[in-house]
Amino acid sequence: MAEKEIAGKTVQVNEEGYLTNPSEWNREIAKEIAKEEGIGELTDGHWKVIEFLQKDYEEKGTMPSLRRVTKAGGVPTKELYALYPGGPLKKSSKIAGLPKPASCV
Amino acid sequence: MKKLVILGAGAGGTMMANHLVKKLNKKEWSITVIDQERKHYYQAGFLFIPFGSYTAKNVTKQIAQYLPKGIEHLNIRVDLIKPEENKLIFSDGKEFEYDILIAATGCRIIPSEVEGLDGIGWRKDIFDFYTVEGATALAEKLNGWEGGNLVVHLAEMPIKCPVAPLEFVFLVDWFLTKRGKRENTKLTYVTPLSGAFTKEKTSEILGHMLTDKNIEIVADFAVEKVDPEAKVLHSYDEKTVPYDLLVSIPTNMGDELYEKSGMGDDLNFIPTEKHTLKAKNYENIFVIGDASDLPASKAGSVAHAQSEVLTENILRHIKGEELLQDFDGHANCFIESGFGQGFLIDFNYDVPPVQGTFPVPGIGPFSLLKETRMNHMGKLIMKWMYWNIILKGVKIPFMTSKMSLKGKKL
Repeated sequence: MAEKEIAGKTVQVNEEGYLTNPSEWNREIAKEIAKEEGIGELTDGHWKVIEFLQKDYEEKGTMPSLRRVTKAGGVPTKELYALYPGGPLKKSSKIAGLPKPASCV
Repeated sequence: MKKLVILGAGAGGTMMANHLVKKLNKKEWSITVIDQERKHYYQAGFLFIPFGSYTAKNVTKQIAQYLPKGIEHLNIRVDLIKPEENKLIFSDGKEFEYDILIAATGCRIIPSEVEGLDGIGWRKDIFDFYTVEGATALAEKLNGWEGGNLVVHLAEMPIKCPVAPLEFVFLVDWFLTKRGKRENTKLTYVTPLSGAFTKEKTSEILGHMLTDKNIEIVADFAVEKVDPEAKVLHSYDEKTVPYDLLVSIPTNMGDELYEKSGMGDDLNFIPTEKHTLKAKNYENIFVIGDASDLPASKAGSVAHAQSEVLTENILRHIKGEELLQDFDGHANCFIESGFGQGFLIDFNYDVPPVQGTFPVPGIGPFSLLKETRMNHMGKLIMKWMYWNIILKGVKIPFMTSKMSLKGKKL
């Protein structure tokens, strides 16, 4: 566990840089992490994914799967990869201030 | 008379029937086990069929043979569950009421979830080994194999027995070496995970073994489709892997019954309480084995550990007592690594596999997270253990349903 300053705010992060307290998240932080992750400017398409992840996490208490983001979130998998190249869930959940999705056991 | 219904007579369902028949008061409770199949498979044995070590016959028995006396056994398909009315609807239209329902329907592969997988190449140059038919067909294919690109591919998690794809690739390396075909074969392991396995330390050790055995690993590969004509795997981010023989572990899903009944998640697994094994949305429905959405391995050893906790919780539920929070995600898996060697891993929700001795601390005879001949022997003994001890719900000496930290290097 460590502290990190992102977009002028000190937040708690784990060793991989994921926020450990979702309530510390804000949109400025999201933009900053997106840059670090090589995503660049966040478009409406990016925000749609982020907002779905946050809503679903709050309702279910677990991170949705790729399949769920496609089915329930309405974002085709192909598009997810275009928006967040090289690991859509890992990157979008980090930007959304949520835990890293546990790849199942 | 009250009715307890067990849906599914595989490993989990059979164990529960054997436990509960001894515990429930026969004057008050009847037990009904329902399964649409007649055959019970030792599924862990499917892995050995492609290499000719086992045949279909070695892993197949009759369901009825392993169910206890004093229960009702129905060989019929359930078409719908009406959980609000405590009712099942059978495929012949008959209704059946229950007081307690245990879902033990497991999971199965659904090749049609990946475009092109079950098309013209299916069982020609694309095979699975998660069904007895697939494993048997693959045995014939491997028998005539002369060389080329052999790709082992994992579509998406979670899958039944998450170590099986790795074991397969280790065993195929050994099999081809033995037959003098390894030099002409390029072996590739394609996975959606970031490494060889789901657990970090294990992934590191097993990943190393892949390298040592000259097996190429393609990680973070989210498959979009298979082109069965060009014989190429495509990922969503436009990576490709060519194959001559594709051994695929397709998407695993729970029974479609739960989709129809509005009880499942996106993969038709039943949302289940992690520590009590009660279905999250229903007070009188419980789940054992692969049918749940728990973040535990989908494996017989896990169902075995669950069966003890679940038996106690069924009794508590009947008495109106609070449920035990005792299931810790305990899994215990032998991993075949080829050339008569094997690994053993023991872990739960919170503690990943570590090195040590098992089951007797400091003695063994098995070594955790280490390649030994003895671990391989353990794997082979499992078939006998399964039919004679595990299914009957008999306690295994030194084995506890909760994971023990003794003898482990933490």
